Amino acid sequence: MKRLISLILLLVLASSACAARDDSLVVYSGRSEDLVQPLIDRFSDETGIAVTVRFAGSADLAATILEEGDHSPADVFFAQDPASLGTVALAGLFSELPATLTDLVPARFSDSERQWVGTSGRARVVVYDGSRVDPSDLPSTEDGFTEPEWSGRTGIAPTNGSFLAFVAAKILSDGEDATREWLKGMAANSSPTYAKNSPIVAAVNAGEIETGLVNHYYLLRFLAESPDEAGRNFFFTSPTAGSLVMPAGAGILRSSGNQESAQAFIEFMLSTEAQMFFAEETYEYPLLPGIPADSLLPPIGSIPTPDIDLSDLATVLDLATDLVAEAGLI
Amino acid sequence: MSRRDSIINVGSVRGVPASTPGTSRTSPKSAPWWLWATALALLAPVSIAIVSLFLRAFGASSTVLETLLTTRTLRLAGRSFLLTILVTAAAIVIGVAGAWVLTRTDIRFKTAWGVVFALPLVIPSYVIAMTLISSGGPRGLFANLVGFPLPHVTGLVGAWLTLTLSTYPYVFLITSAALRRTDPAIEEAARSLGSSPGRVFRTIVIPQLRPAVGAGALLVALYTLSDFGSVSLMRFDAFTRVIYAQYSGRLDRTPAIVLSIVLMLVAGVVIWGEQRSRGRGALFSRKPTRPPSMYRLSRGQQVAATALLASTVALGAALPIIVLVGWVVESLKAGDGFFLSVPAILGSLTGASLAAIVAMAAAIPIVVLGVRYQSRRTAWLERSVLFVFSLPHITIAIAVVSFTVRYARPVYQSMFVLVIVYAAMFLAQVTGPARASLLQVNPALGEASRSLGRGTFRTMLAVTVPLISRGLLAGGALVFVTTLKELPATLLLAPSGFTTLAVRIWAAADELLYARAASSALVLIAVSVIPVYYLAIKPKDVRNS
Repeated sequence: MKRLISLILLLVLASSACAARDDSLVVYSGRSEDLVQPLIDRFSDETGIAVTVRFAGSADLAATILEEGDHSPADVFFAQDPASLGTVALAGLFSELPATLTDLVPARFSDSERQWVGTSGRARVVVYDGSRVDPSDLPSTEDGFTEPEWSGRTGIAPTNGSFLAFVAAKILSDGEDATREWLKGMAANSSPTYAKNSPIVAAVNAGEIETGLVNHYYLLRFLAESPDEAGRNFFFTSPTAGSLVMPAGAGILRSSGNQESAQAFIEFMLSTEAQMFFAEETYEYPLLPGIPADSLLPPIGSIPTPDIDLSDLATVLDLATDLVAEAGLI
Repeated sequence: MSRRDSIINVGSVRGVPASTPGTSRTSPKSAPWWLWATALALLAPVSIAIVSLFLRAFGASSTVLETLLTTRTLRLAGRSFLLTILVTAAAIVIGVAGAWVLTRTDIRFKTAWGVVFALPLVIPSYVIAMTLISSGGPRGLFANLVGFPLPHVTGLVGAWLTLTLSTYPYVFLITSAALRRTDPAIEEAARSLGSSPGRVFRTIVIPQLRPAVGAGALLVALYTLSDFGSVSLMRFDAFTRVIYAQYSGRLDRTPAIVLSIVLMLVAGVVIWGEQRSRGRGALFSRKPTRPPSMYRLSRGQQVAATALLASTVALGAALPIIVLVGWVVESLKAGDGFFLSVPAILGSLTGASLAAIVAMAAAIPIVVLGVRYQSRRTAWLERSVLFVFSLPHITIAIAVVSFTVRYARPVYQSMFVLVIVYAAMFLAQVTGPARASLLQVNPALGEASRSLGRGTFRTMLAVTVPLISRGLLAGGALVFVTTLKELPATLLLAPSGFTTLAVRIWAAADELLYARAASSALVLIAVSVIPVYYLAIKPKDVRNS
């Protein structure tokens, strides 16, 4: 028993030694450890700034920051979607970023009041089974999927953050009523629902469903593993929320006493090195002009985009969730 | 009822003082204050955090009732309730059958089966769900084995199968511990008086096991209600799925919190049902002085029993492990190697062992109060342990975040709070088996100690705790194993930079890096096997000492 207790004490010491670094930058990351930790390590190596990261879902972290208010231990919030960033911005908890940072990316990928800046782009697409569906039969916007011919054929992930952000964008571009009708139409079409994007792509590859509404990069990761998969990406041909490019991005907490290092962190994420990493390792769109995306992807400028301000996304997020619930999808 | 009373009399014939536990013997005494203080030390802060979250939700919004009183809410409650009943029933059948076969018959390779049969407990339920999904369906592994296309394993059937497989070990472990403790002499007396084995099982064994099976079944039911991972993977529209969706999709937390309260009410119905059916059939007997005589299985029965054990273990443990190993092998072949994170292993071991120790310590006063000083207040104490266990972890985590950030900032995001929350969350897993142990301990032993001059406190430490140590340790092992699998509270409450194996699995699987997820999952299973080995094997060695 004594040996057991001393073993446990040893473990406590060892793990607290791993966690305690007082001078470090604290980053709340909604982006997953497996994707961004290598990049953060490079940042620490190059700048000598130690970084302690808390990984969790973007929405959970946004909510945690709201609870923490002015006393957040975090210096930087690195999130997967503009809705989570907007939530923190709305609460007035970010500090304004210098224009030299926000101007690095096209204006539509950063907050209009410089509260946060996009670091990489993720397009909403249709994933379809290339062996069974002719892309010319696919509708020009997501509205076509409520037609009876698509009944039971289109997978959606109504509880997923990126789907909800897309619904919020649709409210901004098409209005509340049209979005409600569309969601009801998808429900009436008994569209199969999944927990996340990745099982939808897997289901398309497995021949379970023919089409699905997802983010663009999941398929590319599947294809990198096994190039024979049947799935293909389709970008809507008319400007619509269904083909919106939504940035993952970062902002600096107003309460941070470490603003300079925090800016260095964001600057690094917008460096050529980091942008190449996003293009090559995570199959996202780099936002720094001049850095090419994966060769399987159309150029970011060629994707038809609705005219909405992503800064407003968070203001209709609750409404989006309510509409999805009202349609009976959650 | 009359039949159960008659069994208690059988017990008293064997020389145990003929008094019913709980009521007449203990009610005149009132519990010492320090017993209450220690019982509340762990539970009170967490409960206060949860209650204040609930109150804030009601204060913040006028839409509470609108969220609450939709037909959809009722339908969801009904679906979750149905799933809970189906899972609990199946887990009882499998768990009790397995426990009886492995403690009371001469089935071969008993020791090995004892460990293996408990193994699904250590496999995270989302891993079981993932492997069932990938093995089912017209093109899956099962279809290839039988040679014709099979339906996809999803929805109610999939969720039922997954949760049954990952929870029956609760019933199995707690019931086998109780079976080992019961005095075989009563069974033998009944058999010598001409009762058939079936009748002995029905009238002697089952009533004696009632507290243990009840404790196990309650854990199964409440686990099922609070589970999120497997119902969402199986695409079964249960309560937790909607609660998580509301949390992730909204700034306004009110609807999710209100739905958590409804879930707690459903749990209340389950808890009430278990307590109603408890009756007063507690039975204590002397510590068994010799092993029970084993029921000899015929060759056919031997085969049938082995088939039952084997098929359960195949689905619940072998298949997931094979699939995980397959992913790792693929990754090794691709030259990516085996992903091993030392901080994650250290973090998992630290969190889980501290949680187990704290939970065991906290359970002692609660169980003693509940059994020896039974009253309306102690009943609520026991119920609050169960209510906390039934809540989705995300709700508890959010409650504790908002509470500590306001009122206990120095310990915000500290190991201290994380361990407290782990222990409170899983406390029911210790109080269940420990309560079942204590019910089998004759209160006269404690009284004898006190009459010989030991105080209540020293009696508790020197007499009661050693007598229920097996139940406590079994519970501690359960807490250890479930803490290893815990995710939402770890993500939100742990010190920044702290990581665990469960976190690694979640992060990697979320990004489709299955080989990485599989490496961590295999390490997690390997780590959990130690306490399960202890649960299944050690008690047998201890008994003869």
